[in-house]
Amino acid sequence: MSAASPLAIDASGLRKAFDDVQAVDGVDLAVARGSIYGMLGPNGAGKTTTIRMLATLLRPDAGSARVFGHDIVSEADSVRGLVSLTGQLASVDEDLTGRENLVLIGRLLGLGRPEAKARAAELLEAFGLAEAAGRLVKNYSGGMRRRLDIAASIVVTPEIMFLDEPTTGLDPRSRNQVWDIIRTFAREGTTILLCTQYLEEADQLADGIAVIDHGKVIAEGTPAQLKASVGSGSLEVRLLDPEQRPEAERVLAQSLGATVNLEADPTALSVGCADADRGAEAVAELARSGVRIADFSVGQPSLDEVFLALTGHPAEEQTAEEAVAEEEAAA
Amino acid sequence: MSTGPATAPAAGAATDEAALRKALATTKRPPRASAISAVLTFGWRGMLKVRHVPEQLLDVTITPVMFVLMFTYLFGGAIAGSTGAYRDFLLPGVLVLAVLFTTVYSGVSLNTDLTKGVVDRFRSLPIWSPAPLVGALLGDAVRYLVAATVIVVLGVIIGYRPEEGPLGVLAAVGLVVLFAFALSWVFTTMGLLLRSPNAVMNAGFMSIFPLTFLSNVYVQPDTLPAGLEAFVNANPVSHLVSACRGLMDGGLDSENVIVVLATAIALTAIFAPLTNRLYRRA
Repeated sequence: MSAASPLAIDASGLRKAFDDVQAVDGVDLAVARGSIYGMLGPNGAGKTTTIRMLATLLRPDAGSARVFGHDIVSEADSVRGLVSLTGQLASVDEDLTGRENLVLIGRLLGLGRPEAKARAAELLEAFGLAEAAGRLVKNYSGGMRRRLDIAASIVVTPEIMFLDEPTTGLDPRSRNQVWDIIRTFAREGTTILLCTQYLEEADQLADGIAVIDHGKVIAEGTPAQLKASVGSGSLEVRLLDPEQRPEAERVLAQSLGATVNLEADPTALSVGCADADRGAEAVAELARSGVRIADFSVGQPSLDEVFLALTGHPAEEQTAEEAVAEEEAAA
Repeated sequence: MSTGPATAPAAGAATDEAALRKALATTKRPPRASAISAVLTFGWRGMLKVRHVPEQLLDVTITPVMFVLMFTYLFGGAIAGSTGAYRDFLLPGVLVLAVLFTTVYSGVSLNTDLTKGVVDRFRSLPIWSPAPLVGALLGDAVRYLVAATVIVVLGVIIGYRPEEGPLGVLAAVGLVVLFAFALSWVFTTMGLLLRSPNAVMNAGFMSIFPLTFLSNVYVQPDTLPAGLEAFVNANPVSHLVSACRGLMDGGLDSENVIVVLATAIALTAIFAPLTNRLYRRA
C-alpha cells in the first residue's frame, strides 16, 4: 500500500502565502510512524495551513512533503487514500443526522450500502452516539459533534489522522473523552498529527512536539525536552492584604533563591519555580512568617511562557492580516 | 498563566475503549468508490437535505405561486383582455421562472458547505474530485421537479389546460430542467467566489430577476421600446419560454429549442470547469 519509508510524514521547506501574508514559511517535519506528533502554536501561526497542505487540500508554493512515501502534490490521490482530516470547523454535515453522515462517508470510501450502515451503527455505538443517531447534527452539543467528526475519520481506519485543534471550545469532560479516543488510536498504531494551542494538550498526548510561530518551526523535541529548554514553571501567590506584599516578596526570594515578580494586581506575586515540592515549601514558609494567602498555584510553563522563552515575544493574538489568511485557509 | 495539574481520565466517559478498539480493528480498506457511485451518493445527500430542510423548497416555490395568482388576476384583464387568456400566456413562463429561481440555491448551498468545513472532508477523500458538484445536481433536480409540479398543478387548478396534454408538459419540464442544470453552474461559480451564503443569494437574485423579467414571460416583446425589445428577443430565457409555450400549447418553433440547447451547452462548457477548478482550490 505504501512505500517503505520509516516516516509517516517527511516534509521539508513547505511554504505557503496568502496574498501578502507568508502563512507557512519553510516548515520541516519528520513524524515517525505510529506516533502522536503535536504542532503547537497560537492562532495564525500556520498550523492549519500546514495540515491542509499535508492533507492535499492546499498546494504548497514551495518545498515538498511525503506522506507514507507518497508525494502530496504528484501523488495526491494516494495520499487521500491514507489520511483522514478532522478540521477546526467540525467537518460533518449539520443538515444530516449522525447516522446519515457516517453512511455517507462509508459509501464514498467504497463500502457497499449494507456494510456502510453496519459500520455506521458500530461507530455510533463506540462513540456513545447511538441514542442521538437519528437526530440532525445541528442539534448536537459541541462534544457530540466532535466525536461524530472523529468517528467519520475512522469509517475506514486511516494510516494517519490529522486533528486540527480537536478540543478547542469543548468543556473539560468532552475534552477528556476526545483525549482518551486519541490515545486509543495511537495504541492501535494510527499515526496522529495534532494541532493545538494548548501546551497541556500536547504534553498529555504527544510523543514529539514542534512549536510553530509565524510560519516557522522554532523548537522541536519531546514535551520534557521542550519544557526543560523553556525553564521552570512558576509559583503564583495572591495575598489577602496588599500591605504584606513586601514581606511576601522577601520570604519567597529567600526561600526559592529567585527574583520575585510583582504583578499589576497589588496582591499578586509570581516567581520561577521548577518543582512543586519547593513551591509548596515556599508557601509554607510564607504562612509561618504570618503572611495571609488568598490563593496560590504551582504550574508548568504555559504556552505564553514557552513562547516568551523561545521567541522573546509573547504569544500575542494574531494580527488582522494573519486572521484573514487563516480564515481563507479554513474556508 | 499557569495550567492546573493533569486531569484524571473522564469518569463515565461516553465512549467505550473496548468498543473503540474493536471499531478500529474491524475495518479493511474497501476498493475505491467508482465515480458513478460517488456521484449517486452525493445525490442521495442532496435529497436528504431536501427532506431535512424543506423550508428551502418553500422559499423558492412561494414567489412563483404568488406571481401566477397576482399577475393573472391583477393584470390579466388589462394586459390580455381576460384573466383566462393571460393565465394561458403566463403559465409556461412562470414554470420557467420557478425552476430558474431555484437554480440560485445551488450556489447558496455550495457556499453553505464551504462555510461549514464539510467540504474539507469531501476534498480529502479518495474520490473522483467533481463528484460532490455533479452529485449535488441530482438533489437539485428534485427541487426543480417540485417547483415545476407546483406551478403546473396550480395552473390546472385555476383552469389552465395545456393543448399538447401531459406529454407536452413533460417535454417542457424536461427542457426547463436541462437548462436549469446548465444555469446552476453559473451560481455554483458565484457560490465559490463570494464570501457568504447571503451574498450568493443577493447576487444570484440580482442577476436572475432582470434575466427573467426582461423576457417574454409577462408581455409580448413587440409592446416594448425598440432597444428593450431587442434585448428581450436575444435573451435565452425568452427562447426557453417560447419553446415551452410551443411544447405545451402547440406551435413549437425548433429554432427556440436549438438556441436553448446551444446556450445550455455554452454555459456548461464555461462554468462547469470553472466551478470545478475553484472548488479544488477552495
